[in-house]
Amino acid sequence: MKKRKERINRGIKVRSGDIYALCSWQEMLYLSGPRIFPFVLFLLLPFVLGIYWQKVLLSVAVFSLLAISWDILAQSGMISLGQSLFFGMGAYCAGIMNHYWGMSPFLTIPLATVTGGFICTVMLLPVLRLRGIYFSMVTLILPIMLVRIIEATRIFGGTEGISGMSPMPSKWIELYLVLGVLLGALFGFRRMLDSDYGLVLKGIADNDRSVTNAGINIYLFKAQALFISGCIGAFSGAFMTHVYMFVGMPVFALDYSILPIAAAVVGGPGTLAGATLGAFILVPLSELLRGVGGLRIVFYGILLVVFIVTLPEGIFHYVQRKYNQFERWVEVDR
Amino acid sequence: MLIGTTIYALINSVILALTAIGFNLTFGISGVANFAYGAFYILSAYTTWILMNQFGVPYLISVPVSILLMAVLGALMYRLVLKRLRGQVLAEVIATFGMGLVILELFRYFGLVGFEYTLPPFIDSSHIILGTYLDMQRLLIVIVAVVVIFLLWFFTHYTSLGLAFRGIAQDERTALTFGMDSDKIATLAVAFGAGLAAVAAAVIIPLGSIAPGEGYDVLIKALAVCIIGGLGSTGGVIAASFLIGFAERFTDSYIGTHWTMIVSLAAILCVLLIKPSGFFGKQKELEERI
Amino acid sequence: MSQKILLKVEGVSKNFGGVQALSNVSFDLKEGELLGVIGPNGSGKTTLVNLITCFVKSSSGDVIFEGKKINKLPPHKIVQLGIARTFQMVRPFYQLPAYKNMIIPLYSPRVKKMIGGKYGDRDAVALDFLEEVGFERDSFVAYKSAGSLPQGYLKRLELAKAIALQPQLMILDELFSGLSLAEVAGIIPIIEKLRGQGISIIMIEHRLRELFKIADRVIVMNFGEKIADGTAAEVMEQDSVKNAYLGTESTKEETDNDTST
Repeated sequence: MKKRKERINRGIKVRSGDIYALCSWQEMLYLSGPRIFPFVLFLLLPFVLGIYWQKVLLSVAVFSLLAISWDILAQSGMISLGQSLFFGMGAYCAGIMNHYWGMSPFLTIPLATVTGGFICTVMLLPVLRLRGIYFSMVTLILPIMLVRIIEATRIFGGTEGISGMSPMPSKWIELYLVLGVLLGALFGFRRMLDSDYGLVLKGIADNDRSVTNAGINIYLFKAQALFISGCIGAFSGAFMTHVYMFVGMPVFALDYSILPIAAAVVGGPGTLAGATLGAFILVPLSELLRGVGGLRIVFYGILLVVFIVTLPEGIFHYVQRKYNQFERWVEVDR
Repeated sequence: MLIGTTIYALINSVILALTAIGFNLTFGISGVANFAYGAFYILSAYTTWILMNQFGVPYLISVPVSILLMAVLGALMYRLVLKRLRGQVLAEVIATFGMGLVILELFRYFGLVGFEYTLPPFIDSSHIILGTYLDMQRLLIVIVAVVVIFLLWFFTHYTSLGLAFRGIAQDERTALTFGMDSDKIATLAVAFGAGLAAVAAAVIIPLGSIAPGEGYDVLIKALAVCIIGGLGSTGGVIAASFLIGFAERFTDSYIGTHWTMIVSLAAILCVLLIKPSGFFGKQKELEERI
Repeated sequence: MSQKILLKVEGVSKNFGGVQALSNVSFDLKEGELLGVIGPNGSGKTTLVNLITCFVKSSSGDVIFEGKKINKLPPHKIVQLGIARTFQMVRPFYQLPAYKNMIIPLYSPRVKKMIGGKYGDRDAVALDFLEEVGFERDSFVAYKSAGSLPQGYLKRLELAKAIALQPQLMILDELFSGLSLAEVAGIIPIIEKLRGQGISIIMIEHRLRELFKIADRVIVMNFGEKIADGTAAEVMEQDSVKNAYLGTESTKEETDNDTST
């Protein structure tokens, strides 16, 4: 008697599809539960955590944003190996606006977000016409190049960077601001990716010739996705400038490029929630490993390799699958 | 100064070409992304050092052993990891880059950095050529590079195994129908590439000391040279090495050391924008654009 | 069929780094006409289509659509002007259901202008288009993922995607390949209906019998050159066309001699 594994959607998932979800509280809870959970979590966590772990939560949120920004680009067919480009650009924009022009953080952060995103988009525009691998390489090269330029020309503080930025009014505002942005980005962009607009983006990633053949200007769409991702990345950079009250060459560090990729790969590429989950796992883990210094990066490397080979779908997809389906062994009749 | 700079530029170009040729073999010619290339380079140097200093193996034996070891490691890496990711270039890049990261950072962590970590040069003398002070090791590098490049060119154009390397990159399915076991060939390609990295390291590292950070530089430079020259073209690698080699040396002498890397990177960006397939790359119009 | 010329291809050549794919090809297409393009494999038919739709730039020569030169435009602009094409190798978005595959053409600026559409409306429109090409509504086949559909349906999906773009000129690249006689017989009425709506069609085909039943005119390609232009009957009488497909007399004798020894 041969057996095979069968996956079936849970009854409650089938019942709660579409408008039928309104039939019972059970079904509504099933659907809304996973969505309300992050809201509640983010609202309550800052209160229960001590000061050290609050800083870690801040870091988690920032890296989640970077991971989300990477994921949006990846969905549109552009794999970026240099998120630090967006991060650093936003950081420097905010730093310059604050230090040289004396703007307050409430102005610099939004402005740096948009400006940083815009500059990065313009820098990467010429590469949009080329195949994906060239885009990845240019994103790898640009942050390195910018660091060397800053080092060589000593502009914007050179190797010492600019310090003495204005801080945010209070650490509660800091934390809730970034958590709020994270929630907004997570839910807002998920909705965008699920809409027809997102379908076009995913189509571009899958088969761009087919999309061009439908009369759609793929470069325009790619540029839009790039701008959105760039802004998210720039926001994180601008935000961190005011948290650390410093901006310098380290903002283009490899860390900011690699961790978002690792987070998205571990958590599950394709759903922004997976990227967030990945960040939630990796950042605290790396904090715990802070004692071992350089070994941290070794750890990321190992995780990256293990996950990409064994569980390419990521943790989030796995969890989602378990939540929505159950498996059982079935007999195969000859 | 001009002659001196030119001579050093020539040598620099040859060094670049030797470093890039292994990467070109794996990525350009066989289509397998091995972004742990820089790690193999440094790893081979450390292996030689350990064999010499911890186990007392003579230099002239340590080097070939280390080259062989790298080749074996490359083959292992393919079998264990890359085989499952064949075809997804990005997953290959990420996985191999991750492994390279692990290797390099482990060395850095265990503190194998410092002036005592050097390899002795093969020939320890120098001469004055055309008014410039030149050490024999550098001349040796040029000789080795020329030999290696010529051998490789011959291999990929005239031997059946070499042609098979090129075949699997161009059209894997057709290659399979010809009875070429693409997995076996790809394993060999990665092994050869790693071995070539070791050869390059064997002659170049004695110029300085072993530094894990250099692993990243080697990878980026190899990548740059291959892209500019055109992935897969040996002639392109040579041309691109000369372009970057000369640009770097002349920038260093006449403008300033800080700007060397900027110039190289700017050169890469320019080439990518003007002719993405590189100097001598095959023209793939429909696949290149869009 | 009016006498107005919709598409004019003038002296077009294409060189792919040494390989001369097209040499000095010229022909006209009148409004409402169905033009067949035939020829042995490798004769440049698909290159010709790629050139008309600007996926590939011509080395020399011009393509004129409705009186305007279009050979320098980017491919998506061509579609927006009213030329739609199908691909020889059908490659839908496999993970998506069939009707979701239609969303992307419906998102095109040209379609937005003509049909409009807000979020959610496109699904209904997609299902309508699919029904027109034979996706029976009551079998819910439009909801199946594209990866699970057989070739006949995939070809129709490809056709529907092109129809949804509201084109004036449709270029169908080997639509009939891989289909059974019954499936071809099922698609021909759809093509006739399109012609009835005034759409001009160019069809590249290998299946000559089916093509000749519906084509007004046929051009024959061989080694990148146009060697014949006329009605199906005229063209098949020409020696050059027979030679292209069947070989010349001498080669036939040689093979006879070889087999005898």
